Amino acid sequence: MKSVLPILTVIAAILLFWVVSVVPMNMHLVADQAQRDALVVTPDTPAARQDYSGTGLALRNPHLIPLTYTFVRPRLPSPHQVAGEMYKTIFGQKITSKRSLVFHGWVTLAPTLLGFLIGTTLGILLAVGIVYSRVMDLSVMPWAIVSQTIPILALAPMVIVVLGSMGVQGLIPKSIIAAYLSFFPVVVGMVKGLRSPDSMQLDLLRTYSASKSQGFWALRLPASAPYLFASLKIGISASLVGTIVAELPTGARAGFGARMLVGDQYGQPLVSWAALFAAAITAAALVGVFSVIERITLKRMGMNAS
Amino acid sequence: MNQQTIITARNLDLTFETNDGPVHALKDVNLDINKGDFVSFIGPSGCGKTTFLRCIAGLETPTAGEISVNGMTPDEARRARAYGYVFQAAGLYPWRTIGGNIKLPLEIMGFDKAEQAERVQRVLDLVDLTGFDRKFPWQLSGGMQQRASIARALAFDADILLMDEPFGALDEIVRDHLNEQLLQLWARTEKTIAFVTHSIPEAVYLSTKIVVMSPRPGRISDVIESTLPRERPLDIRDSPEFIEIAHRVRDGLRAGHADDV
Repeated sequence: MKSVLPILTVIAAILLFWVVSVVPMNMHLVADQAQRDALVVTPDTPAARQDYSGTGLALRNPHLIPLTYTFVRPRLPSPHQVAGEMYKTIFGQKITSKRSLVFHGWVTLAPTLLGFLIGTTLGILLAVGIVYSRVMDLSVMPWAIVSQTIPILALAPMVIVVLGSMGVQGLIPKSIIAAYLSFFPVVVGMVKGLRSPDSMQLDLLRTYSASKSQGFWALRLPASAPYLFASLKIGISASLVGTIVAELPTGARAGFGARMLVGDQYGQPLVSWAALFAAAITAAALVGVFSVIERITLKRMGMNAS
Repeated sequence: MNQQTIITARNLDLTFETNDGPVHALKDVNLDINKGDFVSFIGPSGCGKTTFLRCIAGLETPTAGEISVNGMTPDEARRARAYGYVFQAAGLYPWRTIGGNIKLPLEIMGFDKAEQAERVQRVLDLVDLTGFDRKFPWQLSGGMQQRASIARALAFDADILLMDEPFGALDEIVRDHLNEQLLQLWARTEKTIAFVTHSIPEAVYLSTKIVVMSPRPGRISDVIESTLPRERPLDIRDSPEFIEIAHRVRDGLRAGHADDV
């Protein structure tokens, strides 16, 4: 419970910063609208108002400040507007509706989970290969590192287009991007974990004349568990980011990524912001699930979770 | 007493190639260990006592000379699971219970489940940890963990027990207690024990034979056959006989150091 207070403090600080920022960010738009609605605005031409900063304009027109929080198409929506939009699109719609964030959430979540599964499996297999084979250690690791230096935003459309031309669409291309981002932390963490037993522990197994596979199952694999969990938590959030990125530049019609893009293109910032927050909450929930599994598993393994 | 020789080293040499040039870890080591002996290796760091123990275990390969364990090469003896090895640290797997840790060698060696359970109980009794099989290592003190690691080395009934400074990291009170227990265990199981230490009282109290070693190059400078009886209460350490043997060990260590200065 001790950790709740600092977390709440940080959240309160962020909210405060957000609430304060809403005024200058939206002031010019609100002033323009107010003039159309025949309210008194100083200065009274849009061109003259451009000479003022958002804050300056707010100070000269304090009566317009409340309007910045309820503006329909704000540059920066206020927290309650985002919350309202999220409530409306999560609870106010049937989950099969295209307006439902739950529907879009599942469209993003399914490839995230599939991609994470593929990425994790691949990552673990590569890590085992790297640890047991010198050739793989020397050949795979550099490529794994290089793979992460390629901007995913450039790679994603290529993968989607190439796969699309081969007739593969929907879930699989997005999963591949998600897997591409999530395999790397798993490889790095698992290699470190599988190599974590010290020479004494390895010597002990030699005195038993244990085979390599016995050493793997009895020592290296369980010893890698704490490292694996750390990697899984990074991997699952990377998967989600990968899926959203895969939805952005490819004209996807559903999913968090598509919602963010649609909101931007059609001047509906609330839609973008609601999708952004829904994605963040989904990521936090996924990481939270793995934290719980980690704590239970490591506790049952007699190791204290960090 | 049976005087059958089970470990023999003849003209053993071992040189490590390091970045700073070759290190002569063992030079011309000759030693016989008889069945049922309790042999201590004592000397300053770098004298090769641990290296020699690792040669017996087949964990290091000598560059010259011969060594045999139970009539086999150390590597064959290792594959035949001829010895149990106790390291400086207990090295218990944190994710296994004490019972699970002791089962580790038994699982690897393919004992059946019933036999595993029965052996775990037996060796836990031997090291006075009856009832601790379901505890995790972190729930035990350092001394208890080291006893569990001894139990693990005893579980598969090897005739030879190799111990590399097993009590080095423990405080003196715990160490005294474990020394006493180790002697009782040795008397009950009739194992042959090779024991590395850098404590003179520990070496004299435990051993039937004390091998004094000196560094650069690592070699044997004296072998002392103990005249103490096999039955040894802790207060034997105040007897004139004990003090005399300790003196001889100290002289041996000093002589080894003298060439060095």
